[in-house]
Amino acid sequence: MSASPQSSYPPVVPPMPRRPAVRVNLFQGKGVASVPELPLGEVVVPKVALDSISLSYKTTKGERLLALDEINLEVKPGEFVCVVGPSGCGKSTLLHLIAGLHAQTAGNVLVDGKPVTGPGTDRILIFQELGLFPWLTVAGNVEFGMKMKNVPKAEREEKIQYFLRLVQLSKFRNSYIHQLSGGMRQRVALARALATEPDVLLMDEPFAALDAQTRDLLHDELERIWAETGSTIIFVTHNVREAARLADRVVLLTFRPGRVKQEFRVNLPRPRHMEHPDVTRMARTVLDCLREEIDKSREVEYADEKAR
Amino acid sequence: MKKLARQVLFYGALIGVWALIARLHIWPPYLFPPPWGVAQALRDGFADHSFWIGIAVTMKRMLIGYSLSVVLGMILGLGVSSSKFLEETLGGLLVSLQSLPSICWIPLAVLWFGLTEKAILFVVLMGSLLSVTIAMEDGRKQMPKIYGMAGRNLGASGFRLFWSVLLPASLPFIVNGMKQGWAFAWRSLIQAEMIFLSLGLGQLLMMGRDLSDMNQVLAVMILIIVLGYLVDGLIFRTMERRLQEKYGLTA
Repeated sequence: MSASPQSSYPPVVPPMPRRPAVRVNLFQGKGVASVPELPLGEVVVPKVALDSISLSYKTTKGERLLALDEINLEVKPGEFVCVVGPSGCGKSTLLHLIAGLHAQTAGNVLVDGKPVTGPGTDRILIFQELGLFPWLTVAGNVEFGMKMKNVPKAEREEKIQYFLRLVQLSKFRNSYIHQLSGGMRQRVALARALATEPDVLLMDEPFAALDAQTRDLLHDELERIWAETGSTIIFVTHNVREAARLADRVVLLTFRPGRVKQEFRVNLPRPRHMEHPDVTRMARTVLDCLREEIDKSREVEYADEKAR
Repeated sequence: MKKLARQVLFYGALIGVWALIARLHIWPPYLFPPPWGVAQALRDGFADHSFWIGIAVTMKRMLIGYSLSVVLGMILGLGVSSSKFLEETLGGLLVSLQSLPSICWIPLAVLWFGLTEKAILFVVLMGSLLSVTIAMEDGRKQMPKIYGMAGRNLGASGFRLFWSVLLPASLPFIVNGMKQGWAFAWRSLIQAEMIFLSLGLGQLLMMGRDLSDMNQVLAVMILIIVLGYLVDGLIFRTMERRLQEKYGLTA
């Protein structure tokens, strides 16, 4: 499935199209729908398919709690999907299931039509807390996944340079994580994830803790990198504007248990801006639908409060 | 620099007060040795090589006993922290055993090994093994789970996950355990050396007592303090501080 990596690493940042080149060209064009329409009748195996995923677990009190309820979702190769929902709807858990770090109670996660049985470097998760290794330098962090894959030393070095340039951190290759700012850490995490050349990038509220300017900057970068690498991205956020800014499609989950409530197609030209009226309008539409769920989650929290 | 000046001033004043009291002759010198007497004892001790030999013998025992307990403690700690069964059984026993001062092992140690090097090493081992084990176990538990998940996510598993992720992730806790283990081993060793003829610092101290030579007793005490501080305060604390900085544990 993965493209041959060796030829695609000349020292200058090249596009690595794994997807139809249409996407890349979109940036010059204007007003074009961001997902290329597929010819009728062509069957595409979804990159990621969630087939009736349910997850329940035992609470400390011994009750069974249903966290995710029969989630069905298909993500096309190269698609950028944002999952939004109120806190506690299980959206982070969903990413952990796709990453193979936890097992669901029922249903199947399919990648390229094959069930997921454990972690794999074809799906890399960028954690909310990042989980960068403080004992390694920036370069060491980026190298880690390739080392685990037994990529030869020379090739690793080339890729470190390539991906650090991609996230604009070449100057910081020998820095340790604690020496970097929040935005720089995000970019290291992104480079570390990309360096294993995942087909699917799973991102768990990666920009939640950043200031607005840094976040805007990273949105632009992520959009650019997505276009260059052609990865499929599943991005979890509670910020509807962020979702409208980034996604081809926004999937809204309900509050406890998490179900797919509604899907929104975002047919807006790229590159986008968070302040663009169309993006704001889209965010508004999603928010109206989300508000109901947020209210529900509040009620439950208050009820918990009263129960004490 | 200011810090150093304050410290010099403090220790100068301390010795000054000590000298002053000794000068007043409230107590005879064999009860309250003066600083110059202790200084003389230190000079003599090093001049006739007895202190050098004492330090060498003690440090050699320390290295052997401590290395043993670090290696065994890490293995035990890893075992206890990775098995629920071991944690509930052996783990509880280890914690309760730690309340036993290691000197209590001396009668058994002498009975089993005689008045030998082995008996001393046994006491040192019992003194520091448990604290290393418990620190390792705690370290494994306190280590942020995110590193293990990130490692697995990036394709690490089995031994490589342990070696490249879990081990470095718990390094600050391991160093902390090693530091604690050192402190316990040091105390146990000196205590054990005081019990029988052993050539170490502990015995030099007891020799001073037997000869009613309080100058020597104090001189050896100072040696023990300085050596202990050099290792604990300088080596371990520097290592710990560096690690904490690197791991971003200090703000």
